[in-house]
Amino acid sequence: SGAKPISHSQITRLYSRFTSLDKGENGTLSREDFQRIPELAINPLGDRIINAFFSEGEDQVNFRGFMRTLAHFRPIEDNEKSKDQNGPEPLNSRSNKLHFAFRLYDLDKDDKISRDELLQVLRMMVGVNISDEQLGSIADRTIQEADQDGDCAISFAEFVKVLEKVDVEQKMSIRFLH
Amino acid sequence: AGRSASTLADALVLQCLHAAPPACSDSCKQGHPSPGLCGVYCVPVTRMPHLNSMFHLSRKVTSVVPESCLLILLGLGLGGIVLAVAKKPKYQLEPNMFFLFLLPPIVLDSGYFMPSRLFFDNIGAILTYAVVGTLWNSFTTGTALWGLHQAGLMADPGVEAGLMDFLLFGSLISAVDPVAVLAVFEEVHVNETLFIIVFGESLLNDAVTVVLYKVFNSFVELGPAHIHATDYVKGVASFFLVSLGGTAVGLLFAFLLALITRFTKRVRIIEPLFVFLLAYVAYLAAEMVSLSAILAVTFCGICCKKYVEANISQKSRTTVKYTMKTLASSSETIIFMFLGMSAVDTSKWTWDTALVLGTLFFILLFRAVGVVLQTYVLNRFRLIPLDRIDQVVMSYGGLRGAVAFALVILLDKAKVKAKDYFVATTIVVVFFTVIVQGLTIKPLVTWLKVKRSDHHKPTLNEELHEHAFDHILAAVEDIVGHHGYHYWRDKWEQFDKKYLSQLLMRKSAYKLRDEIWDVYYKLNIRDAISFVDQGGHVLSAAKLALPSMPSRTSMSESSVTNLLRESGSGACLDLQVIDTVRSRRDKEDAAMHHVLRGSLYKPRRRYKASYSRHFISPDKQERQDKEIFRQNMKRRLETFKSTKHNVCSSKTKARLKEKGRKKGNHPPYTPCVAAAPVLVTVSSDEEESDSSETEREDDEGIVFIARATDEVLQGKATPGSLDVCPSPCIIPPSPTLAEKELPWKGDQADLAVYVSSETTKIVPVDMQKAWNQSISSLESIASPPGIETGAQHRRFTRPMLEKQPQSASQATPEQVSRFQFPSHISKSSRSKSDSSPEGVEQQELQPLMGTEEQGRGLPPAEHRRLVDR
Repeated sequence: SGAKPISHSQITRLYSRFTSLDKGENGTLSREDFQRIPELAINPLGDRIINAFFSEGEDQVNFRGFMRTLAHFRPIEDNEKSKDQNGPEPLNSRSNKLHFAFRLYDLDKDDKISRDELLQVLRMMVGVNISDEQLGSIADRTIQEADQDGDCAISFAEFVKVLEKVDVEQKMSIRFLH
Repeated sequence: AGRSASTLADALVLQCLHAAPPACSDSCKQGHPSPGLCGVYCVPVTRMPHLNSMFHLSRKVTSVVPESCLLILLGLGLGGIVLAVAKKPKYQLEPNMFFLFLLPPIVLDSGYFMPSRLFFDNIGAILTYAVVGTLWNSFTTGTALWGLHQAGLMADPGVEAGLMDFLLFGSLISAVDPVAVLAVFEEVHVNETLFIIVFGESLLNDAVTVVLYKVFNSFVELGPAHIHATDYVKGVASFFLVSLGGTAVGLLFAFLLALITRFTKRVRIIEPLFVFLLAYVAYLAAEMVSLSAILAVTFCGICCKKYVEANISQKSRTTVKYTMKTLASSSETIIFMFLGMSAVDTSKWTWDTALVLGTLFFILLFRAVGVVLQTYVLNRFRLIPLDRIDQVVMSYGGLRGAVAFALVILLDKAKVKAKDYFVATTIVVVFFTVIVQGLTIKPLVTWLKVKRSDHHKPTLNEELHEHAFDHILAAVEDIVGHHGYHYWRDKWEQFDKKYLSQLLMRKSAYKLRDEIWDVYYKLNIRDAISFVDQGGHVLSAAKLALPSMPSRTSMSESSVTNLLRESGSGACLDLQVIDTVRSRRDKEDAAMHHVLRGSLYKPRRRYKASYSRHFISPDKQERQDKEIFRQNMKRRLETFKSTKHNVCSSKTKARLKEKGRKKGNHPPYTPCVAAAPVLVTVSSDEEESDSSETEREDDEGIVFIARATDEVLQGKATPGSLDVCPSPCIIPPSPTLAEKELPWKGDQADLAVYVSSETTKIVPVDMQKAWNQSISSLESIASPPGIETGAQHRRFTRPMLEKQPQSASQATPEQVSRFQFPSHISKSSRSKSDSSPEGVEQQELQPLMGTEEQGRGLPPAEHRRLVDR
């Protein structure tokens, strides 16, 4: 994957987790396997994140794919920043982390977050007491804030631009996956 | 209005400061502030150049020297003066005063305004440094000093101290002081992670310091011979008791405070008081039972903030914020000044060079060693490791302060023989760390290129996406089956949302409780404020350009309602909420609104001079302005009435009425008509109502037809009748149903016309002239029998008004602008469509009369008439 190889013990741990999730015991995980995780059911973005594990048109994910998705959340090592300038960009680079988040919004995969797509995510994340109108105005404003080319949608470039001051490396990393 | 009010306030303040000519206050009272203002603003500029240069100089000094250093030096100077004058040192930093009154505000301030997310994100590191670091520092410093003493390096034989004494001293000297750290680090602006670690450590190590201090103090008092093994166990146990107990007290009071503020809706004025009171009670309660009071207040502040802020009103929030900041910085100032002054008191301390130098060396050394060791361990667990530069800043930022000084003063001379030496050493250490380290830390940070914090305003995108990140991380932790930080934070948030917030927040606050929404709301408020600040008194939808939305104009939203919704609903102006649900209740509300609006402007009404401690009455200046306005209105009405009495007998009235009906046939006179947009409402069927009406007039003032009924305009208006109006009519976009019904709807056009002028001054003469003109014009009109009813007049009244500002006829534009009533008046009169000639009386009889009855279902008997036609 271009990143520093995950330690052996880490792989072992994740593999045992993988097999414990794999109720069908066929070496792959289905959506149902993920949905059995109780906490995911109450996570507002749970379904979107589950979907992120599955590549286009697939409904099974093997251990390699599982790890590939998780690799996005590995912290960035200091020595990784400098080296590998010309090699393939590691999955846990800032840009890839952002792209992972971006894809959660971008349902129709047109590389743009439209107002509707944004509204859907907002509806999931924001409390039920916020009215649709209010959500709509939040969505409008969010898009206006980020939109630079005036197409009333957020492209990936705009997404990166608007989050340039956010410490994505830290906020999209999990220590456990070191 | 808000803007002029604030400038008025400015003027008054400045006037007080600079003793501006008394004319200013008069002009202010009379409601035209500009000349007075100019005068006042000129004064400071011209008179105070030397002051300005002093400010510039002081800015230069404070940019290099931290305030705390300056204050200590100032205190030293003051102490010297006092010493020279009184021959004996006065004014000490009393430990009791320090712990009871000076320390709590600072700790509360730092707890309350602690960025809680950041704090809990780094809680592991903070706790480690606070507990392990402080223990390490105390023991190593104490032992090393004892070793120094044993080695006979302390020349002065007066230093009689055993291991316990040195450990006691080590415990009080090793704690990093929150006041000193805050004072220095706030000016340095290192990145927030570094700041929160150093500052959080300084706050939380209090428990360790206090426990160690007490334990060693009791050991010293017992004497080394009488200490048993159980005492050590007790010492360890008491550490947990004191720190956890203090935290528990803080949490308890935070809970209470949040719960109380939930029910202070009717006593808004004492909301801030509760915040201070309960936090202070938490401090005292913890202090009383010998728990860590600093921890209690810190956690009380951290934990209550979310709920308190949601519960209390905006004004209370501001009050809490500024009072807290003011108290904290006053305390800080006093503490540092008194530190300086106390140092002058030579009777309290005795110098020993070896002890002083040894302590300085050891605290610096062991602090650095401790930080490096702990960071080494911590970095194995941290997501973002602390690098060398961070460690240097953390080691160097270990400032000691007033806590150490107060603790050393508290020592008992009889038990701790070497107290005077310890006092001297503490003073030197505090001065050294605050002055030398405080002075050099800024260049050091610059030199090391420490990551600085970049303060930028939150954007909606950042808030939204960071929320998404949180959810993503929590989900990924769930998937990999690792119950880490994100997992627990997610759990806590769900618990908080389900139970705690519901219990501790007002229903209304809880409903609208959402961080994304909050950010959106704040952004909109900021936009609105800056919009008004930029002089956008014309709040017309067309001109509404929000500064933080650069692309607004490029947006394709041409619809006025769209713009209105965006500008309105964000600030919770109810525009949107009411647009969606038009229930019976809303209609009642609307009716009530009309009643209120209709009865608001009574010329004879006076404000009651009332005083209440618990309710803030409207601003005096504001009331004065209103009263002046009313008085002016009244005066105008007097002249108005007298003219009317002269001209309009009931007969002429009848004639006028007919003329008015006929009016449409005389386009040449329209400019004159436009001059006085005053309507006198007449019930056409009863002649006797004329007299009663004139009497009523005194009470009610002028009934405006600010805008004709929209229904008429759209529904019945024939091309012919519109042709009556010679000048190009601007017909505003067709209003929605809600705009017709609800007075606060659809006021774009109103505002554009009526709120266009800044002056509220009323000049009776002009009015009279205009009145006479219109009367004479009416006299000259022939009076053919009119069949038309008021409906048609209404039909064109509005276009008339719309074009008035452009019409070049005599005195018309000023006329209109002087009649600039607050928009709600014109709105209400419009939406009522002037249907209720009985005005207030009628409304009082039928307070909940539906809007339809008021708006469209005009009793046919009631005819409207333009008096001046």
